Amino acid sequence: METEQKELSNPAGVETIEVSGSVALLEALITEGTDVIFGYPGGAIMPIYDALYDYKEKLNHILVRHEQGGIHAGQGFARTSGKVGVVFATSGPGATNLVTGLADAMIDSTPLICITGQVFAHLLGTDAFQETDVINITTPVTKWNYQITDATEIPEIISKAFYIARSGRPGPVLIDITKNAQIQKFDYSGYTPCNHIRSYRPKPLIRKEYIIQAAELINQAKKPFIIWGQGVILGEAEQEFKTFVEKSGIPSAWTILGAGAIPTDHPLNVGMLGMHGNYGPNVLTNECDVLIAIGMRFDDRVTGRLDKYAKQAKVIHLDIDPSEIDKNVQSTVPVWGDCKETIPALTELIKQKEHKEWLQKFRDFDQNEIDAVIHNELHPTSGELTMGEVIHQLNVLTKGEAVIVTDVGQHQMVACRYAKLNNTRSNITSGGLGTMGFALPAAIGAKFGAPNRTVVAIIGDGGFQMTLQELGTIMQSGIDVKIMILNNRFLGMVRQWQELFNEHRYSFVDIASPDFVAVAAAYGIKGRSISEREDITTALQEMLNNKGSFLLEVMVTKENNVFPMVPQGCSVSEIRLK
Amino acid sequence: MSNQNDTEKPSGKQEYNITVYTENQIGLLNRIAIIFTRRKINIHSLNTSPSEIESIHRFNIVVQETEDVVRKLSRQIEKQVEVLKVYFNTNEDVIWQELALYKVPTDIIAEKASVERLLRENGARVVVIRKDYTVFETTGHREETDALIKILQPFGLIEFVRSARVAIIKDSDGFNRKLREFEKAEPGEEVAKNEYLNNGQKIFTM
Repeated sequence: METEQKELSNPAGVETIEVSGSVALLEALITEGTDVIFGYPGGAIMPIYDALYDYKEKLNHILVRHEQGGIHAGQGFARTSGKVGVVFATSGPGATNLVTGLADAMIDSTPLICITGQVFAHLLGTDAFQETDVINITTPVTKWNYQITDATEIPEIISKAFYIARSGRPGPVLIDITKNAQIQKFDYSGYTPCNHIRSYRPKPLIRKEYIIQAAELINQAKKPFIIWGQGVILGEAEQEFKTFVEKSGIPSAWTILGAGAIPTDHPLNVGMLGMHGNYGPNVLTNECDVLIAIGMRFDDRVTGRLDKYAKQAKVIHLDIDPSEIDKNVQSTVPVWGDCKETIPALTELIKQKEHKEWLQKFRDFDQNEIDAVIHNELHPTSGELTMGEVIHQLNVLTKGEAVIVTDVGQHQMVACRYAKLNNTRSNITSGGLGTMGFALPAAIGAKFGAPNRTVVAIIGDGGFQMTLQELGTIMQSGIDVKIMILNNRFLGMVRQWQELFNEHRYSFVDIASPDFVAVAAAYGIKGRSISEREDITTALQEMLNNKGSFLLEVMVTKENNVFPMVPQGCSVSEIRLK
Repeated sequence: MSNQNDTEKPSGKQEYNITVYTENQIGLLNRIAIIFTRRKINIHSLNTSPSEIESIHRFNIVVQETEDVVRKLSRQIEKQVEVLKVYFNTNEDVIWQELALYKVPTDIIAEKASVERLLRENGARVVVIRKDYTVFETTGHREETDALIKILQPFGLIEFVRSARVAIIKDSDGFNRKLREFEKAEPGEEVAKNEYLNNGQKIFTM
């Protein structure tokens, strides 16, 4: 077996050997640098799992408890490691359970390869057992998908899949392999990674003219404002971006997926954009004269009402995906290209500047926000616990070095607002799709992607109950994930909207929960529940110091609202502090 | 399908001909179609055919939309992995044709109408003559193929069918040279063109 595998890994080898489609697949994954797979076996993918039995040393397969957990774990892995997440699922229900994760990865540009088993090719279209048309179901939520019915296609298609998933604007790719192709033996001549597809242009050509025009606008600007998104992280351009920000002296704000690309406490980092973002960045979006958007897509949660969004500003938009330029906001200067290349080109042409007065304006708004919101949220002295003070204490103890994985809802907004992030790839959250149940499985993957870092999953009582079966994955794999449930005994974000916009008509947001600590204990995971202020520090310390996973439930005040808030349909400058 | 003409509507919507050069790949039709259906945009006509280059397919899609919407649709289509290039053009910028077939009862048409006049005035051809029915064929613009329906209706028109539109771009110099560019790992400007540099150019290209 050993000598055989040596020959297999030699892509230059002209000689062929006979292998099954399944072996060819696993060899391809190894050559592409895959070391962990999140998956769940089933009838139509059994030949691949049979081959995997002999590859246990090379490929670490993590058995999840549900395919949705598998794909979210793959996402978490991709987001912390920068590599392509690999997920296995069987046909039919196994494949359909991936759909939520595919949609999430698609909208958040996460590189994934999902391998699904499929019924024998001769059974396609016959309503065979566990047959579903996974290619058509997943077409809208994949960057690319393909059905393999012949084993000889496997090396080429897998190499295309990796190339497409990670190049350009990354995204999920699904490869459906019929059972006969998994079993079929063919003459295998090695694996060659793909680096060109003639119909696919991952990066648009950079035009010097636009770099020059953008630099001129920036150099003349009195009140320039940078807003950045995940593109900076996906493009691995954090250092280039920091240099650009520092040379230009321009205040810079982030979308939640861009968080951490430059540290939270960087002097030019003025905070978070959007519906629950910081006061200054939202209000001053409508006061800046040049808006420089980098690797972000003007999501409606960032822009609020579009016809009142930054109308006074000239807009420079840097993006690798040409379809994003002018999609929501009309640009003055479109800078198409990979920001790893466009940002340094721009940095070279801009003048070293400081914008002291303009920056001070952001700081003045900060003071308003601190007085009206932040102080009460982070340093309450009486009453029930707030989510903010828990995050604040966590910052103190982790010193901003942890990977923060959040679910969706109030706790997500609070965590994104207040978590201190010193490093890039530290804020893992479901941004575009808003998938409740994302955090627990994503945290498992995040830890595999960043094994030397502390990973803290911050989850609401609602979202935790959507994927809590993944505690079984934690138990079995022995992975070290710190789980913090911020329990307000409500589906808090919906409740907040019902309070503010539906006259307190709390319609089905009152959610009962089990004893979470007992649930964790049933999976052999240590836990603790607290509700008193004096216990926060010791409990967090206990969680962080515990060898292995730990579940900490924090009972927080029931009816707290996340502010500031840009109400739906309002302009960003109409942001409310209460 | 309504029989609207192609003049510009007050809403700014007009007919656009979207030409898509693609690889020949199963599932690509669906990938392109859902870009329209996701935005609840009706495809008025869709034709797939070979192109001037072997192995490269060509879609002709007709929609009634504003230029802004059509540009965004075109970018979304061009983003698909197997799509090489997308152009969109107004009707003025293309030469286009549709083909129609008309089946009428032979006895009525022979008795009541001057077949010769019908053929002559409508540029129609007879495809089949049988004892029981006759099939005519015309090609032309929508209003031309529509006109013959009206004429044949009183003579007991049995069946009518019109093909999707095919269109040739007036300004295009073909795709052969561009394809060679696509096949290189580092394409030239023609392929990776930034449309903003070419304001006033009649054809859209990324």
